[in-house]
Order: sequence, then C-alpha cells, then structure tokens
Amino acid sequence: MNEPQDKVQDSGRRGFIGAAAAAGAGLGVAALAPGLHLIEVAGATSATARAAGEPAPSTVRWGMLIDTAKCASGCDACVQACNTENGIVETVKDARQGSQWIRKIDLKDPKNGRTHSLPMMCQHCENPPCVDVCPTGASMKRADGIVLVDRHICIGCRYCMMACPYKARSFVHQPLDTQNPEVPRGIGCVESCTFCVQRVDKGMQPACVEACPEGAMLFGDLNDPNSGIAQRIAREATTQVRADLKLNVGVRYQGI
Amino acid sequence: MKLLRISVAALFAALLAVPALAGAPKPVIKIESPGQCIAPAEEMRRNHMEMLKHQRDRTMRHGIRGEKASLNECINCHASKATGSVLGKDGFCQECHSYAAVKLDCWDCHQPKAGFKATGAKP
Repeated sequence: MNEPQDKVQDSGRRGFIGAAAAAGAGLGVAALAPGLHLIEVAGATSATARAAGEPAPSTVRWGMLIDTAKCASGCDACVQACNTENGIVETVKDARQGSQWIRKIDLKDPKNGRTHSLPMMCQHCENPPCVDVCPTGASMKRADGIVLVDRHICIGCRYCMMACPYKARSFVHQPLDTQNPEVPRGIGCVESCTFCVQRVDKGMQPACVEACPEGAMLFGDLNDPNSGIAQRIAREATTQVRADLKLNVGVRYQGI
Repeated sequence: MKLLRISVAALFAALLAVPALAGAPKPVIKIESPGQCIAPAEEMRRNHMEMLKHQRDRTMRHGIRGEKASLNECINCHASKATGSVLGKDGFCQECHSYAAVKLDCWDCHQPKAGFKATGAKP
C-alpha cells in the first residue's frame, strides 16, 4: 500500500541530492560540510576567469619562467605581441624615449663566447623598489603579486624608473590616441609590463607567452604547488636576475 | 551682523527668483542608443564622476572586474555613431563638459573611441 508513496518521496530526495551535487560541480567545489571543501578551483589557475565583483586573490602569486635555451636571438615575437596587445606605437623621434614594456637582450660571455638571448621586462618583485620610493602611492603591487602603476595618481616624477634595477619602466612623453580600450596609458605617466592584467583577469595568458613560437615562456601561479610553473621551479634550476637584491622576483630564468 | 545675514539671504532669494537664465543656451545632448542607463538620468548627471571614481579604484587597485559603472561601457553606449567617439563636436562627454567648463582628464589615457582595435609597431 505505501510503496508508491515511498517511491515519490525517494525520487524527491534523489532529485534534491542530484541538484545539490550539480550546483556544487557548477561552482567547481565539492562540499563535504559547510565551509569544508574537497576541491577548490576558483581563481587558482590561469584557466579560470575571476567572477565579476571578486577582488584579485592574495592566495595567488603570478609568475613567469623563461627558458633562455629556447629563446632565439633575433626573434622578437614577444615584443611585437606586447606592442599589439597594449597599443604601443612608436611616435617619438628619439627611440630611447619610446615605451618599452618588454625588450630582447643578447648577452655574450667574453671569456668563453657563450651567448644568450632573453626577454627582459618588469620582474614583478615581491618587495618592489618602485613601490617603496613612489611618493604618491601610484606604484603599487596588487594582491596577486602583479606590480602596476595607478595612472590616476601618478605625477610622472619618474623616481620609480630610477629605483628599478631592471630598467623595466618607461615614461610617456607625448599625447597618445591609439590605446587599447582595455589598456589605458597616457602622457605624463610611468608605465611598465602588467603581465597583461586585462587578459589574466579573464583567465587568459599574457600576450608574450601566447606569442612565443618556441614556448620558452611559462606563466602561472607560483603559490600553487600543482601549477606547471611551480612544479618546474621545484624540479629544475632557475635563476632570479639580481637575486642579491633580495627582491624575490616573479620572473625566473633558466639557462643564464 | 544678523541684519547682514538676512540681507545676504534676501539677495540670494532675489537672484533665484529672477528667471534670467530661462533663455540661456543649453548643451546639445545627443543620446545615440536610447534605453536604460545604469541609473536615472538625473542621478547620472550629478554622480557619474563619483561612480567612476570609486569604480576605478576598485578595479585598478583591487582587481575587481565587471562593475556596474564602467568607462568602457559609457563609451560603447554613448559614442557618436558618426565619429565613433565621445569627444569632438556633439561628442556625448565633451558637449556637456565644454558647456560646464570642466576639464576632461579621462581621455588623456583612456581610449575615447568605441570598439577601437589597437595595433602595435616595431620598437
């Protein structure tokens, strides 16, 4: 007699559990108990776009690993990709005054003739000297380790350019009208590599990493032991440029 | 002193009562895409700068994306269909700001054209 009624109740209960599990899977979280999660993916990998309204997570530290053995001398695909993504067009007569977010460097050891080629840009230090010296607070480090210039309050004093040991920052001398709508930049402000923050926030890779034909650049979360970059840094020998300054940079090199 | 205050107040009242400004020219505000803005027009006119100022700090300094107020969304909706820009003659932003003599600093750095595709050049 009671059987049909039991079935109805049962299906209702199953439906509820199924819906709850689906909701959990949709969020990328399997809830074991309130506040206790089996897997938490949101915001941890570069493949995930951050939800609207979410601030940059302090659990993440973005970094880059550059394998100089793969980086070909004479190739500037990363520089071109950076210029296109960030709307950098040379309009100055003196090339030394042009904006340069990333540049290629060729090095030669005079003792043995060994050569390297490598891209150099903002190293996204954990203890950035540019942030230390900025008189207005415009030079700043975001919670996820990306070092940026807040152009709203930059007064163009260029103290940060003096402080940077990597010569990573540029000053815009002339009025601009070719900016990418997502990358505002303009006269009277200092600027530098942003790790393509507008792409990273969407779960994409920086433009230079995507453009490198040799796959010499690896971008990811240094704090996540499961990320490709953290695993390679744990396994292989990597170098921080000017490690003696104890800035704990976010960009690491191999083979220099 | 009290007399002075009363007389100043009376003077203001008299100024307000005079309908001298009724014939003054008004800025031409051209709405390219009629529809619902993120807030009523009156509120937008008074507070758009505050909305954008708070949003810019949240986005720039804390990395919060997808905010209700967004300069790029202003441009996408309000850019002139003829010039593609919010600046220039009949430009949505410039028209009012010229009238009110308020300098527009946004466009020193932000791109005033809707759907602008940036290109790079060899360094």
